[in-house]
Amino acid sequence: MFYREALNLAMDEIMEEDSSVVILGEDVGFYGGNYRVTEGLYAKYGEKRVIDTPIAENSIVGVAIGMALGGLRPIAEIMTANFAMLAMDQIVNNMAKLRYMSGGKIVLPMVVRMPQGVVKQLASQHSQSLESLFASIPGLRVFTASDCITAYHGLKTAIKLDDPVIFLEHTLLYFEKFDLPKDSYYNPFKARVLKEGKDITIFSYLKMVHDVLKVVDKIEKTLNVSAEVIDVGSLNPLDLETLTNSVKKTKRFVVVEENPKHGGFGAHIVSSVLEECFYNLDAPPLRIAGEDVPIPYNRKLELLAIPTPEKIYSKIVEWGKQNGL
Amino acid sequence: MEQSLAEKFYYFMKLGRVFELRAKEEYMKGNIGGFLHLAIGEEAVHVGATIAFDKGDIFVHYRDHVYALAKGINPKYLMAELFGKKTGISKGKGGSMHFYEPSLNFYGGNAIVGAHIPHSVGMAYARKYKGENTGVLVAFGDGATNAGNFYESLNLASLWKLPILFLCENNYYAIGTRIDKASAITDLYLKAKPYMLSKQIDGMDVFEVYKAVREAKEYIQEESKPYFIEAITYRYEPHSMSDAGNYRSARELEIAKSKDPIEKLKNSGLLSESYIKYIDNLVEKEIEEVVEFAKNSPEPENIELYTDVLCEVCKNVLP
Ligand SMILES: Cc1ncc(C[n+]2csc(CCOP(=O)(O)OP(=O)(O)O)c2C)c(N)n1
Repeated sequence: MFYREALNLAMDEIMEEDSSVVILGEDVGFYGGNYRVTEGLYAKYGEKRVIDTPIAENSIVGVAIGMALGGLRPIAEIMTANFAMLAMDQIVNNMAKLRYMSGGKIVLPMVVRMPQGVVKQLASQHSQSLESLFASIPGLRVFTASDCITAYHGLKTAIKLDDPVIFLEHTLLYFEKFDLPKDSYYNPFKARVLKEGKDITIFSYLKMVHDVLKVVDKIEKTLNVSAEVIDVGSLNPLDLETLTNSVKKTKRFVVVEENPKHGGFGAHIVSSVLEECFYNLDAPPLRIAGEDVPIPYNRKLELLAIPTPEKIYSKIVEWGKQNGL
Repeated sequence: MEQSLAEKFYYFMKLGRVFELRAKEEYMKGNIGGFLHLAIGEEAVHVGATIAFDKGDIFVHYRDHVYALAKGINPKYLMAELFGKKTGISKGKGGSMHFYEPSLNFYGGNAIVGAHIPHSVGMAYARKYKGENTGVLVAFGDGATNAGNFYESLNLASLWKLPILFLCENNYYAIGTRIDKASAITDLYLKAKPYMLSKQIDGMDVFEVYKAVREAKEYIQEESKPYFIEAITYRYEPHSMSDAGNYRSARELEIAKSKDPIEKLKNSGLLSESYIKYIDNLVEKEIEEVVEFAKNSPEPENIELYTDVLCEVCKNVLP
């Protein structure tokens, strides 16, 4: 099924069982969502529960906060993370803080969903990865979804949770197909080991997971190693236990992230793992990240700005050889 | 009826004033820290509106003490919050600008100018969705009416036909900037006119505030539509305790104080001398106890640093 369909299914099932769940955002209703994630829900649940809003991002999140105060469980869609910058006051100063400032009196069961990431030739105002901004704010859960399993179970958990959740999707995954087996289960608080290995651990999340998986066989053959691949999943909280257990076993690790390297989320992964596993390591960690530039329009330059399967392959091989593999 | 209302107004306005004067004193002594925004001079708006709105949901800005008192929150917990104590209304984690008591339909207390306005819109949506008809009141200053939040919220409230009362306290100043330096339209009720019924009232007269809010409340409940009131008022104190307040002349202050809302109520002929005396005494004593309570309350335990960040049941990793 398409990734966008898994998200849709999660919302549909929860809306069916809980009438306090509502969706709001730009074009989510009649139009069905810019990426068709809310398709069909308007027809099924009506305009009171699938609410079209004006282009006013700060108010979309602010109104969702008020809805949560009033006993609803809103899911606010921000068309893309780029526009969430207009809602940063509501996200940072309100959504994340009301619980704490009220001494626990205020509970905000709400989700703000948004796609992010580098798309194709949309230029820098429509194409960027901003997860490190959200993940650094205490008081927010930040989940990422890389496939149908994480999208479906992760979003369902997010909606049922009493915490405010930022749910990050990747724009380029919406029209990708993945399995959602009937008996699948995923706990978004746990990082997922997608492939076990003994010699290198590769951490990534969102779309980068797939770019890693595309070249992992080739890396293993070239270096004659076995690699463990982990989808980090939730960025806040970070499942450090799964991360460090893997690194203690493999003694070498790589983080692949799309956001700019400077202050990128991978820096947090590296430092957190190093604090725990410094003496377990046989090689310095490697970060494969976006360049510290706004994303250009030109396709060739755009691909230079972010990790690609080819770069992931060559950088890991080079690093492996330098470090005795 | 008039008389019992007048008595109620007098009690809360006096309580608010004595509470705040005492808070100012304790601030000077160093018992209260951070920002402290006093509403002295504005009591008629805060008390009249809150009492008129009785059971409805109320959202206010950082100048929240008198609203919270009039909403019926125990002043002990409010003063303890100012002292940063464990017994404070927000466990000492919010301070002056963050009073919350959802069980009494009081939702803050917000320190970002205008940020709570969309919250009140969402609340009104939720109430309407659930078929509850108590109405929502949101109070904010003149300064907030120049921000995007304000216009976005007027638009949504009108578009979605929500039972919400926008209450603008026009005290002419946003910190030290006078209204005509920041706002192209200085009769603020005109800003709301294209969206909803709106009017301007004398915010120094508690009866006028009460009556206007009462009517507005009935209207928003019956019609399920928003309403806007601009109350003309004045704050005697500087913007906050860290403001020297030298942007206003002594003459201007003197004129404002001659319209004092508490004096005006006293002179209404509705209150007996003996009642006034009785309340004055009662309130002084009550605030004395309130301050003692705050002083003697314990500091929050260190563990409180980590609680209330997120919900406890989903601590980092679920099984
Ligand atoms: C978004 C934002 N900008 C600036 C401030 C700093 N600030 C706090 S109160 C204030 C003035 C607000 O004036 P007004 O809305 O008229 O309310 P009043 O204080 O007069 O009651 C300012 C600029 C803030 N808290 N939030």
